[in-house]
Amino acid sequence: MDALDRQIINELQRGFPLVERPFEMLAEQFGTTEATLIEHVQKLLDDGVLSRFGPMYNAEKLGGALTLCALSAPEDQFDNITDKVNSHPEVAHNYARDHSLNMWFVIATDDPERVAEVLADIEHETGCEVLNMPKLTEYFIGLHFAV
Amino acid sequence: MGNIFIDAFRQQTPIDFSDEFSRRLIKATQGGLPVSPTPYADIARQLGVSTEAVITRLTQMLEAGAIRRIGAVPNHYALGYRGNGMSVWDVPDDAVDEVGREIAALDFVSHCYQRPRFDDKWPYNLFAMVHGHNRDEVMARIEEMQAMLGDRVCSHDILFSTKILKKTGFRL
Repeated sequence: MDALDRQIINELQRGFPLVERPFEMLAEQFGTTEATLIEHVQKLLDDGVLSRFGPMYNAEKLGGALTLCALSAPEDQFDNITDKVNSHPEVAHNYARDHSLNMWFVIATDDPERVAEVLADIEHETGCEVLNMPKLTEYFIGLHFAV
Repeated sequence: MGNIFIDAFRQQTPIDFSDEFSRRLIKATQGGLPVSPTPYADIARQLGVSTEAVITRLTQMLEAGAIRRIGAVPNHYALGYRGNGMSVWDVPDDAVDEVGREIAALDFVSHCYQRPRFDDKWPYNLFAMVHGHNRDEVMARIEEMQAMLGDRVCSHDILFSTKILKKTGFRL
């Protein structure tokens, strides 16, 4: 990773211009050329150093709903319960965590009324109580990974 | 005088982005923008609209918060951030906003939310994702947070992920 790559990672986390020639504008600021900048951004994406490049949509502001859920899966049924939870397309993420509440997943839907239905289905299918923890307040600033 | 028109325009918010153009624009860009000299013109061509229409609508979505930001997301594993812990805190309700804002401002915290408690099952009402190069660094940062928060928190815990069971993300 060279100085330009670090500049790209640090600055593009903050934002990307909404103008006809955004790379040209940034290249001027970075002291490089549009072509060189594009080449570096593409390489960072190809190498997986950048995982996404573009608009980050806020599902809730677009009429969708998100909630974080947790359940305690008995160890001997963990894989089976994982399959049952993951089989729902509304389950966007699912993580095993080292706690008695050992399964944490996010339900995301474009119809807010679906959340309760999916929760009820998962409780019924797994026999586990699901704790529904929607966010009440967001204190979001956003991580800035400096490199 | 000109401000009258600006105020009239602002009162139209919140703008509804469920129209066909918005939905096509979201679908065309939620996976990413083209890495080309003219990314917005490329999208406009694909959708059969003007570049200006694309830039205007994306600007409206940004202003309305329907787009958090346009930019890049680094893969934190690739940057060497291998420790990621979900820290959870029991904060008195009347202090949670103040504490939440302080925690969110820390540069190693990515997300910070207030969530409901569950009586005897789950006492924690504030969640903060803490990142570090490894678990030890995350634990050191939790201690730093503890020192900063002092007796404004009653108890806390840290949950490390042991396995990603699913990760598909939200898609329209």
